[in-house]
Amino acid sequence: MAEETKIVMLDMDVEGISSLSVYEKHGGYAALKKVLGEMTPDEVTAEVKKSGLRGKGGAGFPAGVKWGFIPKDKGEKYLCVNADESEPGTFKDQAILEKMPHRMLEGAIIAGYAFGATHIFIYIRGEFWKEINIVQRVVDEAYEAGYLGKGILGSDYSVECTVHPGAGAYICGEETSLLESLEGRRAEPKMKPPFPAIEGLYDKPTIINNVETLATVPAIIERGADWHLSLGTEKSPGIKMFSVSGHVNKPGVYEIELGVNQLDFIETICGGVKGGRLKATIPGGSSVPVMPAANCDCPLSFEGLQDAGSMLGSAGFMVFNEHTDMVKVIEVISRFYAHESCGKCTVCREGTHWINMIINRILRGEGAMDDLVTLQDAADGMEMKSFCPLGDAAAWPVQSFLKHFRHEFIDYIEGRKKLVPKYEPVGAIGHHKLVKPAY
Amino acid sequence: MALTFSKIPGELLEKFNALEEKGKYPKRKSMLVPALHIAQEHFGWISDEAVAAVAEFLELSPNYVKGDASFYTMFFMDKPGKHVIQVCHNVSCYLEGAEDIVAHLERKLGIKCGGTTPDGKFSLVTVECLGACGRGPVVQINNREYHEYMTIEKIDSLLESLE
Repeated sequence: MAEETKIVMLDMDVEGISSLSVYEKHGGYAALKKVLGEMTPDEVTAEVKKSGLRGKGGAGFPAGVKWGFIPKDKGEKYLCVNADESEPGTFKDQAILEKMPHRMLEGAIIAGYAFGATHIFIYIRGEFWKEINIVQRVVDEAYEAGYLGKGILGSDYSVECTVHPGAGAYICGEETSLLESLEGRRAEPKMKPPFPAIEGLYDKPTIINNVETLATVPAIIERGADWHLSLGTEKSPGIKMFSVSGHVNKPGVYEIELGVNQLDFIETICGGVKGGRLKATIPGGSSVPVMPAANCDCPLSFEGLQDAGSMLGSAGFMVFNEHTDMVKVIEVISRFYAHESCGKCTVCREGTHWINMIINRILRGEGAMDDLVTLQDAADGMEMKSFCPLGDAAAWPVQSFLKHFRHEFIDYIEGRKKLVPKYEPVGAIGHHKLVKPAY
Repeated sequence: MALTFSKIPGELLEKFNALEEKGKYPKRKSMLVPALHIAQEHFGWISDEAVAAVAEFLELSPNYVKGDASFYTMFFMDKPGKHVIQVCHNVSCYLEGAEDIVAHLERKLGIKCGGTTPDGKFSLVTVECLGACGRGPVVQINNREYHEYMTIEKIDSLLESLE
């Protein structure tokens, strides 16, 4: 039987835990005190490296290894907390920002100490206005208590902190785009190398970490790397927060040990499938390949999902019951990527729009069998060929839907189904209309 | 010599200055998005006056400021209605019936998506994932408050509550 393992979410339901005094009463900032009192920066990095903590924003890069890339010389270095959570199906960082912001901030200060950050920027998506205000209050409290600013808790370490709002752009979750946006430019991704750890914000060494990754750090410091390694699987140590939505009886955010069986997770923790039998899941946010029910009996871990044909991604876990129209679902997903493509590189700018237009044509009953070939070509033409991972993220769902639910496309093409759109979407006031019908 | 700002209303300048002090940004240009948020709150949208004010404060060209603002969907590049209704219709909200909510709003307000009612009270747009997927369908008003678990009935009472 699957069960929750609350580490980042520990005490999240305690009344007032977002305030400093309550957080401290529940052991808050003990890890930071330990780090500043007993550990050198290199020891902190080594401990996190040893713990096997992998980034929880989507890519899964080992956090300690990333911190180790920062050059040792003195000077300005930056930590950017990536709180631009915009991946469809993902709402775990929102829970941390709203209910447990001090744990994220404590983790950020520890990370900053480990690689010598002089300034922490917390980049929060603009739609999270409530959370921006909460985090700003939390930062103010931390300054007042001496956890931020000059000579933190009497040590030699000093760091400043700024809460920065985004303004509605999925691409800002991509790290170089986030930095561009933070520098006051259109958020278009930059060529790597140089990697941000060498030349990042204002051309200075910069680390970009996800909210949940940083919020895991205090527990690793307090309980040790070996404890973290004892959780999860060999290749996916530790825990992960899953944002569960779609056709389940108990949607919400659940933190579990990596490696829990997916079907067990749906049944026991998510309360089972709502409205019928399981048809498919998208386990890691809209960017990862869809999994038909037949493939879902697998562990929820980096390697378990990869072996089963999908990815852990951001763990934005979406469940579809047997009555779901999968062609409509991929239309919604493809519209999202067409809307969010920044337009910098041709394959993504053109590919995402053509894919959405063709799927719309099929839905309206005007598709042809050739369209499936064109869709496949367009997706293959974006995968690993666009400037940043948004192109891959737009290609994988299309490829996987074509592979697993081809018959549903054919139902539309052969006239057994037809869908009249309920409206023409317009995504922003006064902007150019982004998704146009193909005919 | 202190800089003088001819295009920035006094109240707005105070807010810009507060941002500069609080933000501690190593480079002033980083204030662009936060300053645009403040200007939009002041003028209601990214009007030419809003662009001019931000441009002058950050010593950037108005074209540059407008070019940046138009990248982000939260900035209104046209004058919207008093209440901008933003309906999420991404996957999770779609599964919970968001499309019916958009269609209902179009009928009830007598406008199409992207439009504004003739009395200037409401604008309607569809938005992509708002990051509240477990509590869908989600509707946001004026880039600010979230309304979750929406139904047709709740939409109707929400509309009535908006003055």
